[in-house]
Amino acid sequence: MRRFHALALTLSLLSAAAIVAGPVSASASAPSRSGNTTITLMSHDSFAASKKVMRAFTKKTGVTVKVLPSGDAGAAVNQAILTKSNPLGDVFFGIDNTLLSRGLDAGIFEPYTSPELANISKDIQLDPRHRVTPIDTGDVCVNFDRKYFTDKKLTVPQTLDDLAKPEYKGLLVVENPATSSPGLAFLLATVSKFGPDGWRAYWEKLRDNGVKVVDGWEQAYNTEFSGSAGKGDYPLVVSYATSPPAEVVNADPQPDEPPTGALLDTCFRQIEFAGILKGTTHEKAAKQFIDFMLSEQFQEDMPLQMYVFPARDGTKLPSVFVKYAKVAPRPFALPPEEIAKNRDQWIDQWTSTVLG
Amino acid sequence: MRAQAATLRADARIGRRRLVRGLMLAVPIAFLGVFFVYPVASIVGRGLTPGGSLDLSPLADVVTDARFRGVAWFTIWQATVSAALTVLVALPGAYVFARYEFRGKRLVRAAVLVPFVLPTVVVGSAFLAVLGDGGPLGFLGLDQSFAAILVAHVFFNYAVVVLVVGGLWAHLDPRQEDAARVLGADRWQTFRSVTLPSLRPAIAAAAAIVFLFDFTSFGVILILGGPRYSTLETEIYRQTVQFLDLPLAAALSIVQMAAVVVVLLVAGRAQGRRAEALRLRAVAETSRRPRTTGERAVVGLNLAVMAVLLGGPIAVLVERSFDTTGGYGLGFYRALSELRRTSTIFVPPVEAVRNSLVFACAATVIALVIGGLAAFAIAGPHRSPRAAGLDTLLLLPLGVSAVTIGFGFLIALDKRPFDVRASPVLIPIAHALVAAPFVARVLIPVLRSIDQRLRDTAAVLGASPGRVWREIDLPIVARALLVAAGFAFAISLGEFGATIFIARPDYPTLPVVIFRLLRQPGTLNFGAAMAASVILMAVTTLAILAIERFRFADIGEF
Repeated sequence: MRRFHALALTLSLLSAAAIVAGPVSASASAPSRSGNTTITLMSHDSFAASKKVMRAFTKKTGVTVKVLPSGDAGAAVNQAILTKSNPLGDVFFGIDNTLLSRGLDAGIFEPYTSPELANISKDIQLDPRHRVTPIDTGDVCVNFDRKYFTDKKLTVPQTLDDLAKPEYKGLLVVENPATSSPGLAFLLATVSKFGPDGWRAYWEKLRDNGVKVVDGWEQAYNTEFSGSAGKGDYPLVVSYATSPPAEVVNADPQPDEPPTGALLDTCFRQIEFAGILKGTTHEKAAKQFIDFMLSEQFQEDMPLQMYVFPARDGTKLPSVFVKYAKVAPRPFALPPEEIAKNRDQWIDQWTSTVLG
Repeated sequence: MRAQAATLRADARIGRRRLVRGLMLAVPIAFLGVFFVYPVASIVGRGLTPGGSLDLSPLADVVTDARFRGVAWFTIWQATVSAALTVLVALPGAYVFARYEFRGKRLVRAAVLVPFVLPTVVVGSAFLAVLGDGGPLGFLGLDQSFAAILVAHVFFNYAVVVLVVGGLWAHLDPRQEDAARVLGADRWQTFRSVTLPSLRPAIAAAAAIVFLFDFTSFGVILILGGPRYSTLETEIYRQTVQFLDLPLAAALSIVQMAAVVVVLLVAGRAQGRRAEALRLRAVAETSRRPRTTGERAVVGLNLAVMAVLLGGPIAVLVERSFDTTGGYGLGFYRALSELRRTSTIFVPPVEAVRNSLVFACAATVIALVIGGLAAFAIAGPHRSPRAAGLDTLLLLPLGVSAVTIGFGFLIALDKRPFDVRASPVLIPIAHALVAAPFVARVLIPVLRSIDQRLRDTAAVLGASPGRVWREIDLPIVARALLVAAGFAFAISLGEFGATIFIARPDYPTLPVVIFRLLRQPGTLNFGAAMAASVILMAVTTLAILAIERFRFADIGEF
């Protein structure tokens, strides 16, 4: 019996400690000097930056940024839309061109034309009203396992059409576009390439050629793909053009050559944007942060933090990117409005074609 | 005169008892009202009133659509088969834990909870290593199949049956079985007519919980079942998180809740009459070392099942966490505290462990209070319709989509000063929402098995209600409380329920660290994720062992 009281006591003390510790350390991380503001950056779970870079921003502007990871890209955008009457953050980062129209139509962003836009290519400034600002780009491409193709003395496929050829039967794993952002991007690549009338026929060929569909990127890349850690059975996987350099950086010892490569003729270009959330009470600080995200310092930091390409022209790339990260010369693309109009229907059609 | 005074005193006592009972009901009802009913009603309400006025057409569409009817049917069907299979596989395990002593029993009993806390994506990769096309069991063709869903559900929920049923079984007086045997009944007859009726409430409770977990399971369906299988849960996820089709999601949520309520009512009816009072004994009196070859074989066989079913995938994860590029070593564990150290996304592993433990303690306390009060109110001597209603309401969070609850939090709990949407307080609360029904379900069968005459006698002898509970109920439910606390702790460590959909600025936990690592390519990230999973397993086992240490003298006290 005494033991039971000990349990009750321990648990209550620990939870009391938790409750007390919560607010205390939260406020401890925010600077208490008057005049300083804290803004909340709502983003998808993959947002990352060097602590040093974020500190530099705070030092320069007096603004502290608190990051609020809100699920994958789709979930984060939807949360921002659901809470638009009482937003969870001041700035949103991570809405991409496949989701852009949904966010713009929902009216969650405040227009802001950053002076830094002068350094950003017009091609990726998709919203003429500047409700969102392009921050980075990334190509979703089929990746291949070098060793597999060398060992089998098999030519590495190059194009989308190649993937449907019999010599590559049962080698490709893709993500379900209904549950995965790279999966959707790859579907859009095929729609862009084969047109609204032809893409289903292409997927029928892929299906007959034994394409494997899994739920998400983590499973496809880490478990099914043979070229990375999971040592799966599929030497071709839908991933990013920046996955090969990541395989070099995140390995011990680091190899001279990445064990994988990206097929640059299979890529769909994702552009990620940031926007000021309507209803923010820190508009000035929010604008400062958007400017900062486009600054050289932040843009140079991004590649090795999030494995994306900087949006800012002339940004110096880390050497591992220069060596191993290829940019697709002619990536596939679709206008955001067209994606918004057809996405759900395409996913349904894809589901009945490939899984049906 | 004297008689009158006695009546008055009795009235006052009854009045006080009613008040206490009312308060016991009020706390869990208020908790569920604020953190479950209100958020779910808000999000479903928003879905059903897209233009500001009520529109039930999506509901009609869902009900009449053949595909959605198929999805609803499959959801119920797979959960039923999974739960039945789990009970069948785990019941012998419960028996072994209840009746036999063997070396390492405590450790094994704590370790069976490990699968419960592991993230599905991690377990999925271990399963695929075994069941995938190139794995040792690849020839079975289980990859992306219905069978894979079943096996995974048994893997995750084995502990529920073993611990919930085993908890009561350990208190059953074996002499009753012995008596039946002496009177000529064979083993099977004895089990069917003596043991099973006594265990029925615990089996029903465990089966109900496992059913609800399987009913709303999400990762298992998507990852192990593959994209061809969909359940109400995966559809709600798709419609809410991917398509933001709130009307359709609301309609699906209503169907999901209706299905849960129907199943709970049917199960309640099947469970039938109230559990009868049992002669409960101290655990020490009911279990012993296996003596005959047959008994040793039974124990050995069950341990072998656990070793293969639970130990297999776990062994794969452990092996991978040491299998670095340069041979076996601690490289991935080192990477855990070195990878992306300078990044905002970095979490020192010690901090992640601490956050996990703090949240788990808080969630356990909340769950024990809410679930415990509810259990006492529900299992009380006098049945009231309100208590029965609470019984169903309490289980509902297990049967309602985590997406619905999580997104419901977002739009409902945003009123200042109670804007807790991004507050760390919401995390243990969300965990407790899953853990509290668990606590109640574990406690109720045991409470009901207490002989009411014992309580009445104590009351007649002048014991206050508090004293009755301390002296009669507590010693008997002590063991069940520990089981319940262990589960509550594990549910929180495994980040069950709506927390996946709650934004969390601070205090990343071990599962959060695992997800962050898995999100980037590279062997180091993957290996470090495996290492973090192994740490999560170790923390779970140690925590459960520690909770078990708070062992009472079992029921030897009365």
